[in-house]
Amino acid sequence: MSTLLEVSGVSVTFDGFRAINNLSIQFAEAELRAIIGPNGAGKTTFMDIVTGKTKPDEGTVVWGERNISLLGMSESQIAMEGIGRKFQKPTVFEDQTVRQNLAMALKNPRGPFSVLMHKKTKTNAARIEAIAEQIGLADQLRRTAGELSHGQKQWLEIGMLLAQEPRLLLVDEPAAGMTVEEREKTTDILREAAKTRAVVVVEHDMEFVRRLDCKVTVLHEGSVLAEGSLNHVTSNQTVIDVYLGRGHA
Amino acid sequence: MRNSFIAQNPSVLWFLMALAGFTLGVTLLSEATGIAFLSTSFVKTLGKTLCLCLIAVAMDVVWGYCGILSLGHFAFFGLGGYAIGMWLMYARTEVIVLESLAGQALPATPKEVSDAIGNQIFGVVGSSEFPWIWAFADSLFLQLLMVVLVPGLLALVFGWLAFRSRVTGVYLSILTQAMTLALSLYLFQNDSGLRGNNGLSGLQNIPGFEDTSQAVISIVFFWASALALGLGYLFFAWIVSGKMGSVIKGIRDNEARVRFLGYHVESYKLFVFTITAVVSAIAGALYYPQAGIINPGEIAPIASIYLAVWVAIGGRGRLYGAVIGAAFVSLLSSWFTGGGAPSVPLGFYTIQWTDWWLVLLGFSFVAVTLFFPKGIGGLFDRLVRKQA
Ligand SMILES: Nc1ncnc2c1ncn2[C@@H]1O[C@H](COP(=O)(O)OP(=O)(O)OP(=O)(O)O)[C@@H](O)[C@H]1O
Ligand SMILES: [Mg+2]
Repeated sequence: MSTLLEVSGVSVTFDGFRAINNLSIQFAEAELRAIIGPNGAGKTTFMDIVTGKTKPDEGTVVWGERNISLLGMSESQIAMEGIGRKFQKPTVFEDQTVRQNLAMALKNPRGPFSVLMHKKTKTNAARIEAIAEQIGLADQLRRTAGELSHGQKQWLEIGMLLAQEPRLLLVDEPAAGMTVEEREKTTDILREAAKTRAVVVVEHDMEFVRRLDCKVTVLHEGSVLAEGSLNHVTSNQTVIDVYLGRGHA
Repeated sequence: MRNSFIAQNPSVLWFLMALAGFTLGVTLLSEATGIAFLSTSFVKTLGKTLCLCLIAVAMDVVWGYCGILSLGHFAFFGLGGYAIGMWLMYARTEVIVLESLAGQALPATPKEVSDAIGNQIFGVVGSSEFPWIWAFADSLFLQLLMVVLVPGLLALVFGWLAFRSRVTGVYLSILTQAMTLALSLYLFQNDSGLRGNNGLSGLQNIPGFEDTSQAVISIVFFWASALALGLGYLFFAWIVSGKMGSVIKGIRDNEARVRFLGYHVESYKLFVFTITAVVSAIAGALYYPQAGIINPGEIAPIASIYLAVWVAIGGRGRLYGAVIGAAFVSLLSSWFTGGGAPSVPLGFYTIQWTDWWLVLLGFSFVAVTLFFPKGIGGLFDRLVRKQA
């Protein structure tokens, strides 16, 4: 499999504190990957770096078959390259309807002028409905996003990512605050999405990760501690010491 | 397409109908075209109020919809006024100068005419030279272009610098205050080329219409202001509806999310900031001929703060709210400060509203912010919801 994203030797320091320490990690096309690790391990910061929110002090982030560096790019350029991101705290536009949220995310020209002249089309409406179907919000399209339940907001945000048609989806703690059924459904959505693109999921919940049934990377103090199948990493003594031993399992 | 846009935004139709009804009413009551119930000066006040409503709508788009609390939009309003004022003053002075030179034996040379005009206009600041910024003042067309171009370019450059460095929130507000303060201080100088603190005056006299009475001129400007407000409202209603509206409201609520969706947030802010600045300038260009005079005090930082207060009281994030706020507060303000409101004797102290109006306004602003965050316009929302 060809490499989609290659992060190598990246470090970030906040006020003298090394949040990411010589981190190297790779993702292949259409792979599903879980990233686990204790609080403060640098999981969110890793996503910040890839999506252009945080600039690393050193290291490279290389994207796609043309090996483009993402480091000099703005957030919106990176998003247009095909990297979508779900935040740890669900962030949808609460004042707007589910349909408007999805319409905004839908892959279409993003310039102010095209947006101003944008006309609703049948194709776009069909795309929106297909995505709403996929995330289980087909009958909620007219509702204001702020009225949705916590779980539904998380799905809406995932739906917005899918609407962007990214090649890489970075999902930060999608199951936080969800009920057991909601978690199961979330796993299904993510596994389905990973058939056609790379999906990277940060999650604390071991049951959830087990159900994803994919390669797992353990982050600790800003670098990779272990990588492999869930059984492989959970039997690693260091992982048990720094992470599992602290009551997360 | 227009049809479906109006159908989807019924409040736009209501607003336009109310505006048309109001315009008709004032026309029928005015001195020039009706039963002379309303004085010419009151028609001017109403016309000016419509211009203030237009800038308030622009302010609502930039602040209420896009979340940029600009405290500098009155600078654009003032610049629009100055731009049109330059032509009005030049052309009017030219008429007077030509009349007074007509009696001479030898016809005056163009140089003599121009010197005489310069003397008339800049005598008060001890100069008679035309500053370079007056280069186009003899052409109505070019000066109208300046109404749009000068504030538009200022907004574009200022916005580009500010948004590119991701200045947001309070810092941006302070920066816009600094901009309007700097502009006003600059204009206060005698060598600014715009007559320092004298400003431009006699703007109510429209060159070429010397024989037309102010009553007629006032109603024509009133119509023009109503037309501008109607078109401006329609234009902004179109901008804030649909996908553009989604994106700019998204920027207001969560800028980072919009960015990660792939939108170049800075371009959108710049777009909104600039077009609202241009519309503000157009409003100013209609306002000052009705006011008759413009001076740098009009661009003082406080003016832009009032603008934000109007929009907050009217209810931001709804265009009619901005109109209600601007009309209500500015008319009330001229009633109070113009001595219309009766003083309140408290025995030990008498409340003179000319002094206390600002205090009352301040309290109302605080009260609205705390208890009615949706402003006066929010009451209308309730009505609409009850009907639905
Ligand atoms: N902008 C910032 N300024 C200063 N410190 C920061 C900043 N962002 C992150 N950090 C620090 O960097 C470390 C890594 O944070 P990060 O949010 O990446 O952890 P995480 O693995 O996502 O943790 P969690 O599981 O709690 O979400 C933390 O100690 C955090 O306090
Ligand atoms: Mg995190």
